[in-house]
Amino acid sequence: MVDATLSQPAITAVRSAGYWQNVGKRLVRDKTAMAAAGVLLLILLAAIFAPLVAPMDPLEGRLINRLKPIGTEGHLLGTDELGRDMLSRLIWGGRLSLLMGVTPVVLAFFIGSAIGIIAGYAGGWTNTLIMRTVDIFYAFPSVLLAVALSGALGAGLGNALLSLTVVFIPPIARVAESVTTRLRSSDFIEAARASGAGALTIVRVHVLGNVLGPIFVYATSLIAVSMILASGLSFLGLGVRPPNPEWGLMLNTLRTAIYAQPWVAALPGAMIFMVSISFNLLSDGLRSAMEVRQ
Amino acid sequence: MLGYTLRRIIYTAPVLLGVSVVCFALVHISPGDPLISILPADASVELQERLLVLYGFDRSYIEQFFLWLGRALQGDLGTSIATGRPVTAEVMRAVGNTLMLASVATVIGFVLGCFFGFVAGYFSNSPLDKAASAAAVFGVSVPHYWLGMVLVIIFSAQLGWLPAAGAGPGGSSQWKFDAEHLSYMILPALTMSVIPMGIIARTVRALVAEILAQEFVIGLRARGLSEFGVFLHVVKNAAPTALAVMGVQLGYLLGGSILIETVFSWPGTGMLLNSAIFQRDLPLLQGTILVLAMFFVVLNLIVDVMQSALDPRIKR
Repeated sequence: MVDATLSQPAITAVRSAGYWQNVGKRLVRDKTAMAAAGVLLLILLAAIFAPLVAPMDPLEGRLINRLKPIGTEGHLLGTDELGRDMLSRLIWGGRLSLLMGVTPVVLAFFIGSAIGIIAGYAGGWTNTLIMRTVDIFYAFPSVLLAVALSGALGAGLGNALLSLTVVFIPPIARVAESVTTRLRSSDFIEAARASGAGALTIVRVHVLGNVLGPIFVYATSLIAVSMILASGLSFLGLGVRPPNPEWGLMLNTLRTAIYAQPWVAALPGAMIFMVSISFNLLSDGLRSAMEVRQ
Repeated sequence: MLGYTLRRIIYTAPVLLGVSVVCFALVHISPGDPLISILPADASVELQERLLVLYGFDRSYIEQFFLWLGRALQGDLGTSIATGRPVTAEVMRAVGNTLMLASVATVIGFVLGCFFGFVAGYFSNSPLDKAASAAAVFGVSVPHYWLGMVLVIIFSAQLGWLPAAGAGPGGSSQWKFDAEHLSYMILPALTMSVIPMGIIARTVRALVAEILAQEFVIGLRARGLSEFGVFLHVVKNAAPTALAVMGVQLGYLLGGSILIETVFSWPGTGMLLNSAIFQRDLPLLQGTILVLAMFFVVLNLIVDVMQSALDPRIKR
């Protein structure tokens, strides 16, 4: 019994106002995490300001210019199978790829947290009912569930986003539920209840502040997975449709070019890799910045 | 132990039922009439209605579900719309290929992951740890379909050492464990192994660091046990969790092989799913997903039971 409590991350009762400032300070001192954040910021800014940054139109190409190698004059990163400028397409591709990777986790963060907190705080039959339903979706390997849902719903950006959101709700709900359940029996919640606070007040004042932190860290670690899965769906032809630039889709259409221009063909995947490893490193940094006890 | 096993099995039953409800629902969440892909464009209303009754689409969802489940339990997953062959036969033919690939990949990933994890955990915060941890982060961050493409570019397109796609001469039906056929498996298996490698390396690193920090290790050293003897104790303590993670990873790879199989045209369940999606062959999609999900649930059950059998510290 004692062992079980010790092995779980401790929930400090009410964190001081400076907790997040301390986390921020520790995170800033973490060189790896800061480098990852820098890379992400750069890619994000390039994607937001794509019309200003991209040297050419990402949709317009001339077949006579098709599959130029990296370093061609006027096409720094070469051209794709339809003669479109790769650099411009990679910059524009960041928009859809980041949108598709980040949105499902953000949506799942809100929906999953709500489900988990309700289940954890209510306890009893409500908990059993909600969590057993969540378990059903958790029983599918994530790639399989994403492919199954978007395969049945049909290709398209909206369906891909919906499928990925459904994939990420169960893991987040489970974390939210287990943290809330542990918190529910803690002394300060008992005290609040004893002094007559209603359920809504307790959740708003005492539960949310203590639960959202751990869920947030967990959710950030899911973004890397989501990036890979989202681009994977487009790679399979289930997400974004051509001719829109999206890294996974670009990787798929360039598969035919691996003999002609192998390194140009590999570029979109390198972008996915860069973003996903940066999110992983940033999430690791955040986790260790939050775990250090004050 | 027996009690735990029984409880675990009883707990799995509703999950399996739920999983089959989700698989059943797949056909019904898909837009359009479920018959649309079978019917010719100029089908008469009469034919449409006859088929509706024949396929049971005129009944209530609940009735349809239990009819479908009853047939599925008897091994009848319906008929593929694209090929006209029974779905069960198609899935069973493909599932062996995926199982073979995923098992080889899991073993490679386990060996590499344990190696990196032990090195990192033993020499934590040394340059060796940094290198091994970097390998682990690489494993969990790399889009594996891209890694597969890069390996094809290097070893097939540029060097010409290994075949780029397929399962060897004669396709999957004439698979043999000889050098020629195995050469077709090297690239997909290596690509696939990166996922469990990263996850197992991270798990083992944390386990080893945690075990080494425990007092009994100091005790062993104080009694003069050789470093190798201590190492054996660490292995024994880390093994149940590491093996459990390996089991779960095998299930993930079985279900998640679609991207890698697409890259390498490996004739497994992933390829089957891919063609089912693009031919809008919903019975095939549904059947394949049902089989893979069942595999995953049952594998998790076995892993849980095995883990508690291996590790007496886990009280259930």
